[in-house]
Amino acid sequence: MTGAQAPVRYAYYPGCSLHGTSREFDESLRAVATTLGVGLTEIPDWSCCGASSGHTTDHMLGVALPARNLAIAEEQGFDQVLAPCAACYNRLSAARLAVETEEGFAERVPEIIGRPFANSVEVHNAVELLRDAAPAIEEKVAAALAPNPLDGVKLAAYYGCLLVRPFEVCGYDDPEQPTSMDEVIAACGAEPVDWSMKVECCGGSFSVSRTASVVRLGRSIIEDARAHGAEAIVVACPLCHSNLDLRQKAMVQRGAKPMPVLFVTQLVGLALGLTPLELGMPRHFVNTEPFLADLVQRAKERVAAEQKVKEEAAAKAAARREKVGAAAPSAAAAPSGAGPSTAGAPEDGEAQ
Amino acid sequence: MSAHPRTLAAEIHDATGVNAATCYQCGKCSAGCPMASESDLRPHNVMRLVIQDRRDKALADQSIWLCLTCETCSARCPNACDPARVIDALREMSLDAGVADLPRTIGAFHKAFLEQIRSNGRLHEMGMVMEYKLRSGELMKDVTNAPGMLSRGKLSLRADRIDGVDEIKRIFEKCGVTP
Repeated sequence: MTGAQAPVRYAYYPGCSLHGTSREFDESLRAVATTLGVGLTEIPDWSCCGASSGHTTDHMLGVALPARNLAIAEEQGFDQVLAPCAACYNRLSAARLAVETEEGFAERVPEIIGRPFANSVEVHNAVELLRDAAPAIEEKVAAALAPNPLDGVKLAAYYGCLLVRPFEVCGYDDPEQPTSMDEVIAACGAEPVDWSMKVECCGGSFSVSRTASVVRLGRSIIEDARAHGAEAIVVACPLCHSNLDLRQKAMVQRGAKPMPVLFVTQLVGLALGLTPLELGMPRHFVNTEPFLADLVQRAKERVAAEQKVKEEAAAKAAARREKVGAAAPSAAAAPSGAGPSTAGAPEDGEAQ
Repeated sequence: MSAHPRTLAAEIHDATGVNAATCYQCGKCSAGCPMASESDLRPHNVMRLVIQDRRDKALADQSIWLCLTCETCSARCPNACDPARVIDALREMSLDAGVADLPRTIGAFHKAFLEQIRSNGRLHEMGMVMEYKLRSGELMKDVTNAPGMLSRGKLSLRADRIDGVDEIKRIFEKCGVTP
């Protein structure tokens, strides 16, 4: 389905988090993009999008800061930008919309950023990219020789706010019942669970300034995922990740089983056979090793169980043949049952 | 009143294009608001204050600063009122009017964050946290997380300053923002 298409090229906007607290999102995205044949060229000298602090303080600042990056991408000849961080994706898209729709912005923004800006580049997020690549992911998973460790694993797709809201800004998925990340989970062979907190807020930028609110919100998200049978939560936002991962200790009851929180790119990487180290898993605060070891163990058991079923079926078939063979006169002609076809051949010959 | 020849609703309309009068107080926004349980004013209350032209209360209440800008209210509004955008505009007006009652920690965070961007072009988390501590007075906040963040390569000691940092300074200047 995807084989004959021209390779996809994006101007890559990593954003501050992917260079800092969420390095593993960057590492796993690059590794997965290479495997899927997606070209990423980092926007030269990119600057911060301003995140919540920018637009909360001044509307124009919240538009101009992201617009500078879009202008550079445009100048470099790109027509699409990939912004994996949900907050960056949201601000870049919001700037695009503001310049398109708000009166006077098309003239004022280039003047403020001091660059020509035609507002001609599209902005995409990582989930969108992976959803579009789902057939290719499925193909690769099916073709792999090793058993898929994610087969049947129950996962909660957590979208949070900025990936899907406001609809006018994001618009790539439904704001209340999004399915894009669930589709990616399914393409990896895992099972997306149906749960209630998909699009609830994790507390976002209050992580430092109002931690108690973040703990309250994160707790209800983790507990709801657990109650619906999820073994891990999948995210596509550095803020969601650090709130649910770094602060999880304060959210769950002492002694409760830790809930691993994976970036969607890490999940796809695991399905594509990349190693946890390549995907930056050791950078998480909630140790993913027991979870990953369990997946590998279950995959082994699954393979062993399948093998056993096959062997039992073969043994039964052999026993049946032996019965038939014993009834025939010269069963001793084939002493060591080499295989069903060779075992059957002399019998046929005998019958003639 | 005489200090403001135009109503708050009119000013909000100019700034955002939202006609606050279209809010019929169904409360769906507040039902979904993640901060409703911690705020005195919930989104539909804020909309009501705008319609009633209660400028002093709307601009000076702390609740507008407890909004996470998660946009749930605006996504769910059955009449397309966009409370999130209105609250965003109120925050800006509240800062301009010098009546903002933003909790010290939240104000410190925004200022520390923007100062990092203005001076480096990108967020330097370590620098931001240091500045946050000084501005908020929360000196010991998250100190125990620092070694874990460092050993996981999540914090860098040096700021990643971009070449075009002067461009960023100019953007802040032209927008009239000094963190």
